[in-house]
Amino acid sequence: MVEAPSGRRFRERHALRQFMRHKGALLGFAFLVFILLFVAFGPLIWTIDPQFIDIRARNSGMSLSHPLGTDQLGRDMLARLMAGGRASVAVGAAAMLLSLLIGGLVGLLAGFVRWLDGPLMRLTDLFLALPLLPLLLVVILLFRDALRAAFGPEAGIFILMVGVMAITGWMQTARVVRGEVLTVKEREFVVAARAVGVPEHRIARRHVLPNVLSSIMVSATLGMANAIITESALSFLGLGFPSDFATWGRLLFDATDYLQQYPGRVLWPGLAISLTVLSVNYMGDGLRDSLDPRARAR
Amino acid sequence: MGLARLAPLAIGAFLVSVGAAAERGRDGHVGIIYWQAPSILNPYLSGGTKDLEAASMVLEPLARFDESGNLTPWLSASVPTVANGGVSVDLRTVTWKLREGLVWSDGSPLTAADVAFTAEYCLDPAGGCSQLAKFDDVTSVEALDDLSVRVTFGVPKPYPYGPFVGATSPILQKAQFGDCKGARAPECTEANFRPVGTGPFRVTEFRPNDVISLEANPHYRDPAKPAFATVTFKGGGDAAAAARAVLATGEFEYAWNLQLAPDVLRGMRTAGKGTVVSSFGTLVERLVVNLTDPSPQRGETRSTRAHPHPFLTDLAVRKALSMAIDRKLLVEIGYGQAGRPACNVVPAPEIYASKANDDCLRQDIEGAKRLLDAAGWRPGPDGVRQKNGVRLSILFQTSANAVRQDFQALIKQWWSKIGVETELRNIDASVFFGGDPGSPDTYQKFFADVEMYANNFEGADPEPYLGSWRCGNEPRPDSQWQGENMPRYCSEAYDRLLAEMAETGDIAERARLAKAMNDMLVRDYVLIPLVHRGRVSAHARSLGGVRLNTWDSEIWNIADWHRIR
Repeated sequence: MVEAPSGRRFRERHALRQFMRHKGALLGFAFLVFILLFVAFGPLIWTIDPQFIDIRARNSGMSLSHPLGTDQLGRDMLARLMAGGRASVAVGAAAMLLSLLIGGLVGLLAGFVRWLDGPLMRLTDLFLALPLLPLLLVVILLFRDALRAAFGPEAGIFILMVGVMAITGWMQTARVVRGEVLTVKEREFVVAARAVGVPEHRIARRHVLPNVLSSIMVSATLGMANAIITESALSFLGLGFPSDFATWGRLLFDATDYLQQYPGRVLWPGLAISLTVLSVNYMGDGLRDSLDPRARAR
Repeated sequence: MGLARLAPLAIGAFLVSVGAAAERGRDGHVGIIYWQAPSILNPYLSGGTKDLEAASMVLEPLARFDESGNLTPWLSASVPTVANGGVSVDLRTVTWKLREGLVWSDGSPLTAADVAFTAEYCLDPAGGCSQLAKFDDVTSVEALDDLSVRVTFGVPKPYPYGPFVGATSPILQKAQFGDCKGARAPECTEANFRPVGTGPFRVTEFRPNDVISLEANPHYRDPAKPAFATVTFKGGGDAAAAARAVLATGEFEYAWNLQLAPDVLRGMRTAGKGTVVSSFGTLVERLVVNLTDPSPQRGETRSTRAHPHPFLTDLAVRKALSMAIDRKLLVEIGYGQAGRPACNVVPAPEIYASKANDDCLRQDIEGAKRLLDAAGWRPGPDGVRQKNGVRLSILFQTSANAVRQDFQALIKQWWSKIGVETELRNIDASVFFGGDPGSPDTYQKFFADVEMYANNFEGADPEPYLGSWRCGNEPRPDSQWQGENMPRYCSEAYDRLLAEMAETGDIAERARLAKAMNDMLVRDYVLIPLVHRGRVSAHARSLGGVRLNTWDSEIWNIADWHRIR
């Protein structure tokens, strides 16, 4: 009883130390924080409107007034990069959280409640068979107008994208969580807890969930990376958000025509997408190493 | 003596070598890339240029326009005129004489019955024929004998070269399309995808929205043509990729309609693999204003004349939208040498081009604001003008490409200056121009307030083109969303001028009427011309015989294409 809090603190400190020892994870974390600050607070400092066209300043290179230059219509690239990051990261984070919630819940239920296991896993298989991009195209076609009328063009597409990505992105998490739950459920400490009469929901919350948290974390990071890439792919295809609404994928799409003359325009959004995805993946890697009890033993 | 004996041999050898050089299929393979992928090869079921031009390699009309806009006999022996007796004195009938010995690519002979059938096919009221404007006033088309066909018009037809002329109105084979008339037309997939034609090539494989493989037609009338044995007609992608494929990497030898930023094209040209060719026809990039209500609440009758548009029916609003645009800047940004500011829907030929609207060349933001003020549209708290609770908020759609996207962004900014809010939408070009009645995103359905695209007319006579905007020609559910009257314009005065033009033979008088109609459209601001565009295409340096034609299909003379060694 007295041992518990200090043991927990020890575990936390240990996990933190493990995480700090993982150089990639640390770098990834630092970069992600930087990106988040950049897109969240950048536009407050760099106040140029990302949609404002200054036609006389078009195609200008790096300068004090435009640190990353301007695009073919004279829109400031730095402002667009920040605005684009907001959209891309928001889509990624929201889709990740939602799919995590669905996936975690389904996985936990499937692993814990025996009679739900079969139906839920078949449902998961069903969803795994859905191809994401064609589904998105159809959904955009069907629901675009309704959502646009209800929430406006940008918020409508945002809800649509996040919704579809979550619906088609939770299955990996669900499967991984179910597998983990099934093994943890049979471990001695859970059996012991059950033997002393701890109710099932308490076992789930106190003993099983913390032990599967590491895998949830990892699939969360992977899911976020996936969502950012999907949004980019959609914008790259000219779908999704309106054409003047900057997202990283859209910036990349617009810049491909000018790849030879102005490679910087492809470089910056491309770099932002790849580094963000990479850093999130590294962070997931580090989290797994530091939170996984088995890895800790090593 | 020796020489005398050798001479016939030498001549024989020479003839053999010439024969070899002029053999069909001698130059192997040619690759053509169109960045809009053809979805059908039947011009009567599609308004899309990509479909028409792809089909023009297979299907041929009786007469065509050459690269300078002159009418040239194609499947006919000559172009009928009053002077040669082909056109009757009362201007009501035209008799076409077919060339002798023409055969379809399946070996069966082409007869006047096929020509008569083609008219029957398009005129079927249940079919939703896209080229109906070409058959305006036709009352009957009958085969007189195997080689002559008579077209009778209900009114004197001073310019009778509508039916069976140009890439939009080629001859279909009766044997193939006989069971495909009326409502069954779209169901005949085999015929629509692999039409039997008389052209230099025939389809071996057609993958809709992707690629067409063709081979030389073994029954083509000139045994020495075409020089190429096979053609790959690749569709899809975007203009930049198409340009790069010809100019920079050399994967393809001909790329169509390279609507790219001028500096992008300039950059690619430096690779030296290809040549950029351009020519000015009648192509005008324009905004089309929807006079009907596109809001989704209207359900089935969305964007039909059942519901007038809430604010675009106000002339002052439409005029203000036009005044706020700086056309010179649009040309500079988007087209460079390949464009000039346009104030008319009919910009060419010279005699038809109106000079009355040139004031559109000057951007007038302040004037537009005053106009809206006077019409009672006052800026609301968010800067967007409104009147009686209606906000000037526009959904502006176009096909996805870099230049149009830049235009959209610029126009949005100008309109925001005069207090009009704009939402932009881009649609993949193959969908936007695809004409699929199942898709909500086609330019015919026009589920938006304003749309932008380019259009032109074939040949030298603007009458069928002006006929696009007559009352009743608007796309609507009961016409399977076919039709060319995108703004859903309906004016009695306009239709009267159209009827008058249909009865007028004097060329100067025709020019006056065409100008009057052009001025009506432009001053009613239902069409807002932006840029008069030259057609820019590219071909490999090794590809010979290309004569860029803006008056007909761009690849009209593919039979003459050859490889330069």
